[in-house]
Amino acid sequence: MSDRYSVFSLIANAFTGQKGWRPAWRDAAPKPSYDVIVIGGGGHGLATAYYLAKEHGIRNVAVLEKGHIGSGNAGRNTTIIRSNYLLPGNEPFYEWSMKLWEGLEQDVNYNSMVSQRGVLNLYHSDAQRDAYARRANSMRLAGADSELLDREQVRAFAPFLNHDDARFPIQGGLLQRRGGTARHDAVVWGYARAADRLGVDIVQNCEVTGFIRENGAVVGVETTRGPVRANKVGLAVAGSTSRLTRHLDMRLPIESHVLTAFVSEGLKPLVPGVVTFGMGHFYVSQSDKGGLVFGGDIDGYNSYAQRGNLPVVEDVCEAGMALLPQIGRVRMLRSWGGIMDMSMDGSPIIDVTPIPGFYLNCGWNYGGFKATPASGWCFAWTLAKDAPHALNAAYRLDRFRTGHVIDEKGVGAQPNLH
Amino acid sequence: MRLPCPYCGLRDAHEFSYLGDATPKRPDASAPDAADAFHDYVYLRDNPAGPMKELWYHSAGCRRWIVVERDTRTHAVLGATLASGDAA
Ligand SMILES: Cc1cc2nc3c(=O)[nH]c(=O)nc-3n(C[C@H](O)[C@H](O)[C@H](O)COP(=O)(O)OP(=O)(O)OC[C@H]3O[C@@H](n4cnc5c(N)ncnc54)[C@H](O)[C@@H]3O)c2cc1C
Ligand SMILES: [Zn+2]
Repeated sequence: MSDRYSVFSLIANAFTGQKGWRPAWRDAAPKPSYDVIVIGGGGHGLATAYYLAKEHGIRNVAVLEKGHIGSGNAGRNTTIIRSNYLLPGNEPFYEWSMKLWEGLEQDVNYNSMVSQRGVLNLYHSDAQRDAYARRANSMRLAGADSELLDREQVRAFAPFLNHDDARFPIQGGLLQRRGGTARHDAVVWGYARAADRLGVDIVQNCEVTGFIRENGAVVGVETTRGPVRANKVGLAVAGSTSRLTRHLDMRLPIESHVLTAFVSEGLKPLVPGVVTFGMGHFYVSQSDKGGLVFGGDIDGYNSYAQRGNLPVVEDVCEAGMALLPQIGRVRMLRSWGGIMDMSMDGSPIIDVTPIPGFYLNCGWNYGGFKATPASGWCFAWTLAKDAPHALNAAYRLDRFRTGHVIDEKGVGAQPNLH
Repeated sequence: MRLPCPYCGLRDAHEFSYLGDATPKRPDASAPDAADAFHDYVYLRDNPAGPMKELWYHSAGCRRWIVVERDTRTHAVLGATLASGDAA
């Protein structure tokens, strides 16, 4: 377990025909019991296991994944990381995530290609400018960076945009320079490798099919590879959350919806950071391979199908053409869908539950990739201490009952509008 | 995806707006357990993976609310009726 990745290991392996590399994590079989089981080998589940081992010394941990790790939303998202939220319950959490991103590669000894290339949200009206000014101030109050750009500054940052569109001329933008992108698969692999090195079992092709209950408490899970017991079971399965909690007769403020993303053929460098359109749902960045990675709205109806329909494809492409008319000449390579755990207020849940031994991490909507480090960090804390950390104290399950919802968009209990 | 509006026939899903699960029924506001019942009604969902009855509004058509039964795993539409219960 001592093989650290470094320039020296790279050079050493270059002289030995690259034969010295070992698998980045063990292909573990499930043991009969663990201290903690984390269900779901996406970014959040793996990060949770890593921080359980690293921060809390709880190393007798298994991550149970039904397919291969990163085969869910972790490997399907558009990789944008940012901490540009407005509300007090959200912004400190996302800023903590940003700080963890900034140290992630050194921490887990894996190149996650965290690239702070800037996230620019455009505004096209006075009202939108005022809203972004308020948000920029709120971000600063939480220690994040934010800049309000005027028309000319946006022109300098992104000269290739359709600045003088007749209907939606660009008036300016909210820029977070520390925002950007990360390589989604590498984030998964990096956490998996680092957790494995601390003794965590990463068990793939192991679907959880039910829960073992004793005196009302959850004391383990049934899986396709047999029963596995544990003192604590944490759920981190994103869009599949309700499929699992159904076994516990637990109804949640969650609906599963499909979100589509797109990638174009490779182009020469065009888009330096992440740009979001303010007058239609469209956002774009450019991958290091040159493809434009872009997306827009969720389809807007419940779905577990992992593929969307044509109206959203049309809508995203129309909004894209309004902002970047030159992409009309570009060929699209692929589009794909992932299943979002849309919550009733658009914000996540990281909490203990009324069922002893059962802990919940869900409600990530279309924005959980950026949250991966802080979600794992806070969920590990909550699992270890049986209580939320201050950073996820607002992400309570009972906030819908008590009226403490965290509704960034202010659209109410209508998940397809968040 | 196309939805079979009982009035208008098979129409593109683009013409409809989506509300969500058609199962929750508005509780009695004067019942002693109204606070709990409203929490359930407003926020909690079964979110089934499989056939689901859901409310769609034919906004770019006949402007009637319809209840569509649809499989959320495949998007296959299994049937539709008027939400009012009327026959078309
Ligand atoms: C198209 C798209 C674009 C997105 N863009 C962004 C973005 O730019 N920025 C951003 O911040 N977020 C984005 N997101 C959201 C983000 O991807 C998710 O919120 C986040 O990945 C969810 O956490 P996760 O990685 O743990 O989920 P997942 O990777 O989905 O992990 C859940 C895992 O649980 C497993 N599982 C399910 N059921 C079981 C079972 N019964 N037993 C065992 N394992 C099970 C699944 O196989 C899966 O691997 C996007 C999502 C999509 C789909
Ligand atoms: Zn109709």
